[in-house]
Amino acid sequence: MNNWTDILDVNDIPKLGARVVRHGSLDIAVFRTADDEIFALEDRCPHKGGPLSQGIVHGRKVACPMHNWNIELDSGCAVAPDQGCAREFPIKVEGSRVWLDLSAVERVAA
Amino acid sequence: MDMSTPMGRGPKMKLVMVGNGMAGVRTLEELLKLAPDLYDITVFGAEPHPNYNRILLSPVLAGEQTVDDIILNPTDWYAENNIHLYLGKKVVKIDRSARYVEADDGTRAEYDRLLLATGSNPFMLPVPGADLPGVISFRDIADVDAMVRASSQYRHAVVIGGGLLGLEAANGLMKRGMDVTVVHIGPWLMERQLDEPAARLLQKSLEEKGMKFLLQKQTAELVRGESGRVAAITFKDGDSAPADLVVMAVGIRPNTELAESAGLHCNRGIVVNDTMQTFDPRIYSIGECAAHRGIAYGLVAPLFEQAKVAANHLAHYGIGRYQGSVTSTKLKVTGIDLFSAGDFIGGEGTESILYSDPIGGVYKKLVLKDNKLVGGVMYGDTVDGAWYFSLLRDGKNVSELRDHLMFGQDHCGNLGHQGINKAATMTDDMEVCGCNGVCKGDIVKAIREKGLFTLEDVRKHTKASSSCGSCTGLVEQILAVTAGGDYSATPKTKSMCGCTDHTHEAVREAIRQNKLLTIPQVMTFMEWRTPNGCASCRPALNYYLISTWPGEAEDDPQSRFINERAHANIQRDGSYSVIPRMWGGQTTPAELRRIADVAEKYAIPTVKVTGGQRIDLLGVKKEDLPKVWADLDMPSGHAYGKALRTVKTCVGSEWCRFGTQDSTQMGIDLEKVFFKMWAPHKVKLAVSGCPRNCAEVAIKDVGIIGVDSGWEIYVAGNGGIKTEVAQFLVKVKTADEVLEYSGAFLQLYREEARYLDRTVHYVERVGLDYVKKKILDDADNRRALYERLLFALSVERDPWVERAREGKLKHEFETVAA
Repeated sequence: MNNWTDILDVNDIPKLGARVVRHGSLDIAVFRTADDEIFALEDRCPHKGGPLSQGIVHGRKVACPMHNWNIELDSGCAVAPDQGCAREFPIKVEGSRVWLDLSAVERVAA
Repeated sequence: MDMSTPMGRGPKMKLVMVGNGMAGVRTLEELLKLAPDLYDITVFGAEPHPNYNRILLSPVLAGEQTVDDIILNPTDWYAENNIHLYLGKKVVKIDRSARYVEADDGTRAEYDRLLLATGSNPFMLPVPGADLPGVISFRDIADVDAMVRASSQYRHAVVIGGGLLGLEAANGLMKRGMDVTVVHIGPWLMERQLDEPAARLLQKSLEEKGMKFLLQKQTAELVRGESGRVAAITFKDGDSAPADLVVMAVGIRPNTELAESAGLHCNRGIVVNDTMQTFDPRIYSIGECAAHRGIAYGLVAPLFEQAKVAANHLAHYGIGRYQGSVTSTKLKVTGIDLFSAGDFIGGEGTESILYSDPIGGVYKKLVLKDNKLVGGVMYGDTVDGAWYFSLLRDGKNVSELRDHLMFGQDHCGNLGHQGINKAATMTDDMEVCGCNGVCKGDIVKAIREKGLFTLEDVRKHTKASSSCGSCTGLVEQILAVTAGGDYSATPKTKSMCGCTDHTHEAVREAIRQNKLLTIPQVMTFMEWRTPNGCASCRPALNYYLISTWPGEAEDDPQSRFINERAHANIQRDGSYSVIPRMWGGQTTPAELRRIADVAEKYAIPTVKVTGGQRIDLLGVKKEDLPKVWADLDMPSGHAYGKALRTVKTCVGSEWCRFGTQDSTQMGIDLEKVFFKMWAPHKVKLAVSGCPRNCAEVAIKDVGIIGVDSGWEIYVAGNGGIKTEVAQFLVKVKTADEVLEYSGAFLQLYREEARYLDRTVHYVERVGLDYVKKKILDDADNRRALYERLLFALSVERDPWVERAREGKLKHEFETVAA
């Protein structure tokens, strides 16, 4: 069952930036592109666990602040030739509000 | 003419490629990356093989590799990408009005876009007997097969042509057990790559391996033997030699037959523009068959550059331009080390530096013009080839290096490990890249398995040489040894990053000239090919903007690396470190008490004294940062930024019995004036109160030494990856002069260096004489520079105060609970 939860406003996230949403001990990075597309990924780079929320967002990618891996925001996967994926979470935008499906988060946290 | 294109709707456009070689297939690979579904692709290859690495035919001939080893794209690859592949079919006709091509067996394919990648043909000397059995060229797998067969049945091989290809063929045949004579019309071997002394050394070592040479011989006839096969070669001077196999390696000619028959303009190649289009805009041409600005390239790297550009246009991106390449050469004969690049002969207006050790078999010649390296030849010791090539390509002023230039990069102050080991002698488990822990074996494996050709590719796949770059030369050598030697040509100018073709200098100039104030303005004005850049260009642009238009340009936090956005240093566990500023390294009991209290209050696990005489609090949680700053109540130390870091000082004349000047106060003054200074990279200063130099000024960006009669100023030292002793700039009398001269130097660096260049890189590029001209010889300019720096600093505020006391960018430090 879905558990859609209103977490923040689009304008709480800087354009070409991210906010960290914490659920229990799990950090989720919620990104906003230049075109106001919103994506949610686990805040852990598949490489060495760097916090993706702290990276530079460009196009629909984020560059991890640790070793500059580029991660696709829509899939969570590293841009080739790097390999690995950060977990993605279902997210939706209604008006200016951003909703996160907490059931998916809880499945991971559990 | 209808040039519009169905994008994603309706039937796909048809792309036909004629020629199935390296340049063409690379274009398809690049195209598939950009626009995988835009075209229905058909490929015609005259050879019966899928795309293979033609550069490696020499090792195959020499028995060091097999044909399977050198296949780049197996037939599966074509199938996986839905490419119709016709092998063994030679296209003989292009109908440009009906837009189809036709092969020799009648197979037809229609096109919307046509890519001609027909490569080149070996040139066959028009002498009697040139068509006899046993007379071949050295161009493709069939030639190699013929040579291998001949080597098992016959004894005498003659190779006509003492160039790169001829010598590689001769070497291979010799390894296959044949008795090989190289016939060459010129006075020495490889005259297009080598001067005479280097060529003599090469000849001597090949002779020691058993190769024979007939120089300055013109072929008169190839003589038919009783069997009908070639049996001998005769020369115009009446001499002759036995020959059961004759390999002609006297040059290649762009294969323009098809293009010419279709009425396309050809002039020593199919003439193309900077977007690789022929005179028919639907038809592109790349590779050895294409003549770009009068040059048909035959090396891999320029062809791959062309491939990128052609693919970009085929994919409708329409923003790449090919602007020509500078090239260098290495000979792929095992045990022979040879490198040449640029104008190695020299002429009017050039000077040469020579090193010659005929007994040791080492010869080096560097050609300079106007204090810049324009060419060179090396034989026997090519470790520094890549370094020389980069100096040449970047047009660096080498007047400062001149004395040591010949002895290579290791003698120019670089303590990195570039070129200490020769790639070929390294074992697979030896580490190449110390930053990323990459061993030689990893690199070799990636090059072989992924078919890599360029340094960029190796960096992407293995991370080797992608951090500090000190192993770049070594990686290039491994690439040369593994992938074949023709890798190292690169475009004439280096663009900022993959988002643009413009150089750092061009971008800065545009920002200045056109008063661009935001990153989107720059990207629009300079036609960036990505919507909002990448993690490499955005921080650079942000710096260029704020340093060119202080107070007017927008400082964009989203285009700063996390450290400069959070104003603290991110650590490997995602926590941060905080280093408060202590002017000149001097502190007070009250500050120390606050630091101790903060460390306890926020449970900061590690407290450490840094090399720059500061105290580092490590392991601070991001959300605690503003509170930590508020409680510390000390200015930002900028230890996280491309900015003024520290001014390190000794105690100086106030306490020290040797001190001649008050170095501590000088350091405090410098640090207070330059506080908040953003720069292309981090900037470190030091002040010593006497020549004993306890503050280690010789490895700082600006180092000041107090002497009895004043202050000596040294610049462009470095203690990091590239250890470099600072150079003496000037001696001044007063503390005010120290501020003005140091400030003027730093402003010059801020205005002219490329982002991420330290002062050492900047001064190496422009030369100390240039800096002296701007700062010492021109007092007005010096004062103007200093004024501009002071103005830029006057609009900057302490970022910790803004965030700790005024709540600026609060969201950066707050997490959202869910």
